[in-house]
Amino acid sequence: MKNQWPQWEVFVRSEAGLAHKHVGSLHAADARMALEHARDLYTRRNEGVSIWVVKSENVHATDPQESDEFFGPSEDKTYRFPTSYHVPEGVKHL
Amino acid sequence: MYTQMSDGIDGQPNASDERERAFERRLERGVKIEPPDWMPEPYRKTLVRQISQHAHSEIVGMLPEGNWITRAPSLQRKVILLAKVQDEAGHGLYLYSAAETLGTPRDDMIAALHAGKAKYSSIFNYATLTWADVGAIGWLVDGAAIINQIPLTRCSYGPYARGMVRICKEESFHQRQGFDIMWKLAHGTPAQHAMAQDALDRWWWPAVMMFGPPDAESTHNRQSLKWKIKIFTNDELRQKFIDQTVPQAERLGLKIPDEQLRWNERTQHYEFGPIDWEEFYRVIRGDGPCNKDRLQARIDAWEEGAWVREAAAAYARKQAERGAVA
Repeated sequence: MKNQWPQWEVFVRSEAGLAHKHVGSLHAADARMALEHARDLYTRRNEGVSIWVVKSENVHATDPQESDEFFGPSEDKTYRFPTSYHVPEGVKHL
Repeated sequence: MYTQMSDGIDGQPNASDERERAFERRLERGVKIEPPDWMPEPYRKTLVRQISQHAHSEIVGMLPEGNWITRAPSLQRKVILLAKVQDEAGHGLYLYSAAETLGTPRDDMIAALHAGKAKYSSIFNYATLTWADVGAIGWLVDGAAIINQIPLTRCSYGPYARGMVRICKEESFHQRQGFDIMWKLAHGTPAQHAMAQDALDRWWWPAVMMFGPPDAESTHNRQSLKWKIKIFTNDELRQKFIDQTVPQAERLGLKIPDEQLRWNERTQHYEFGPIDWEEFYRVIRGDGPCNKDRLQARIDAWEEGAWVREAAAAYARKQAERGAVA
């Protein structure tokens, strides 16, 4: 009987004030076990104050083969950056 | 994450050539490869082989040291060794996790190890006969591993490189606790000093061999360098290890078992005597002191733990059916 436990992606918040960050994956039978394994595997040296685990099958990702089309629309819009505007000499707090 | 798309094999050859050129341009620019990206099949296969063998080495590597947990000379040494062996398990799991992003299920990798198809570092086929061996392993074997692994933090495959960053941070504790054991023994009673020397005598050459066959004979070296899965050659890394370790042995007051070892002022490197590659290949082929024991211990652990995996899976299924677990 094949009994490989499901795969979970692990996200760790290293300190309050910072976002959770993906650190890797693990296998566990259920969410509780996934959290406990994540603690033992990814926070042995105080690396975290909070952990999220998400079943890998529930993560949806962009397709790298379509990256050009998918991310293209934001490439040529330099007017979205403050650096594309001329600031006349002497003007402050702009 | 990272389910693999079926890539290239049944696609049009021209499209595949174009993708291969794009892949190589990307490597040249120093852009990392990430799991869902297209990659040539040989690159994927090489990575699965290398990362899974690296993972197996970490897992099998727990055995020689685990042998001494119950016999550590003090409570302090015992908790240190426990933490170190737990780290090795962690390293194995980071690496299996990295290898799985390439689309190979973990159970398949473990089955390959148990069937004798996948290799692990031959150093772990040597026995740990005394407490000083635990020191020598930390100092020399983990020391060699650090030299091997630090360049891999810059390798072209993202998940492997990131795993290596975590591992390298933890390895330096391993090396220092090993050196600390050697230091205490080397400065202890004459019997303790002799025990440290004996461990160095037995572990030196196997540690030097850990970097793999000489460049002239290494089958994987060139392609792996081109793919940036490797950054330095086996011989370059070996030289670095020897250059770093010889002065440490001198500080310990121990003698490295190599009559031809001498400093070359012109090259600013140590010269060393011939390596017994026959022994290296003999141990890889399965004739090392502990090959059978190590593999059997892994198989037993896997088989005797099967009921736990099955019970946990059954419990999770039951809870899910009852709606108690989301």
